[in-house]
Amino acid sequence: MSDTVTFTIDGKEVSADKGTSLLMAARSLGIDIPTLCHHDELADFGACRLCIVEIDKGGWKKIVTSCLYPVEDGLSVETESEKVIRHRRTILELLRARWSEMPRELIEKYQVPEDRMETESTFCVMCGLCVRHCSERKGANVLGFVGRGTERQVVAHEEPALKYCRDCAAENGMECLAVCPTGVVVNDFALSPPHMTPKGTKARPVRARDNENQEEVNKLIGD
Amino acid sequence: MLETMGKVEEIIALNDNDKERLIQILLELQKEFRWLSREVLERVGKKLDVPINHIYSLVTFYSHFSLVPKGRHVMSVCVGTACHVRGAERLLDSVASAVKCKPGCTTSDEKFSLDTVNCLGACALGPVMVADGEYMSNPTPDEISRKVESCE
Repeated sequence: MSDTVTFTIDGKEVSADKGTSLLMAARSLGIDIPTLCHHDELADFGACRLCIVEIDKGGWKKIVTSCLYPVEDGLSVETESEKVIRHRRTILELLRARWSEMPRELIEKYQVPEDRMETESTFCVMCGLCVRHCSERKGANVLGFVGRGTERQVVAHEEPALKYCRDCAAENGMECLAVCPTGVVVNDFALSPPHMTPKGTKARPVRARDNENQEEVNKLIGD
Repeated sequence: MLETMGKVEEIIALNDNDKERLIQILLELQKEFRWLSREVLERVGKKLDVPINHIYSLVTFYSHFSLVPKGRHVMSVCVGTACHVRGAERLLDSVASAVKCKPGCTTSDEKFSLDTVNCLGACALGPVMVADGEYMSNPTPDEISRKVESCE
């Protein structure tokens, strides 16, 4: 049993270490796959779905998220097939409904149709980068998701926030905001415990109470 | 409060302080207190060494968990697709007027809670509701008020 696997990607036969994700394998070959929720130092999450590729496994084709799919022997991968492009376009369209400031390159490259969706600029595309950064790299567990479906949102939990945020911000300068791919008004974490939001009502993002961080936040978002 | 925390500890101990059983523990706590208070969740987190953000994302994901006190008697009316086309709205209205409580709310005396659920897996009985664990298929307003009156 060797530790490398051989597979085809966009028609080229390549080999990669076992356990590598398709995304990393493709990127190491210089193939560009768009992502929002991927970060090299965080565990992959498969939230944004932008990294989808089409795989052909013994004649059976399917769409998978390349960031979570490990390389396999004999796999044939297409990163920009017609189907992939079509799906990415829809995904981008849905993401843009929440993120009106989506970069023009993405919109133009995939010819995302305009104005078909009702938009709601919450800035957050639920990529979970800030949440994972806070838990995985800092071990602070301040940020977390609450709710489900359209009511899902990122909140900061007060108790660990009071314990960690100030020191973390002083030391690293609000890294949790810097990882945000949308990079818009990232200081709008709802700093209210979910208990204060009755179920079924949508919590408004509340400006962070801790104004001591405001300066750093402003610097980061270039305000 | 002391009593509450004693019960929390007891339930956690019965589950061997095992963080893998977090959902089971929360279910038992929900059954015991009819809701999950912030203090209870914090205690569970400390005891099992599970971060609070994880616990909150879990309890807000599953609709069975409640972060506000629930009534002693829970009425769940199915508004799933099958029940909807069979008249769930009308059923919901008559239950709401029988318990004097809006859907998703609890009466001020904490006697009744009225919930809507999206499928009870009994579509053939639709429109269906569960009153205190009892499945009722397309109950008449009479049957509903009899059931409501039988509740303590």
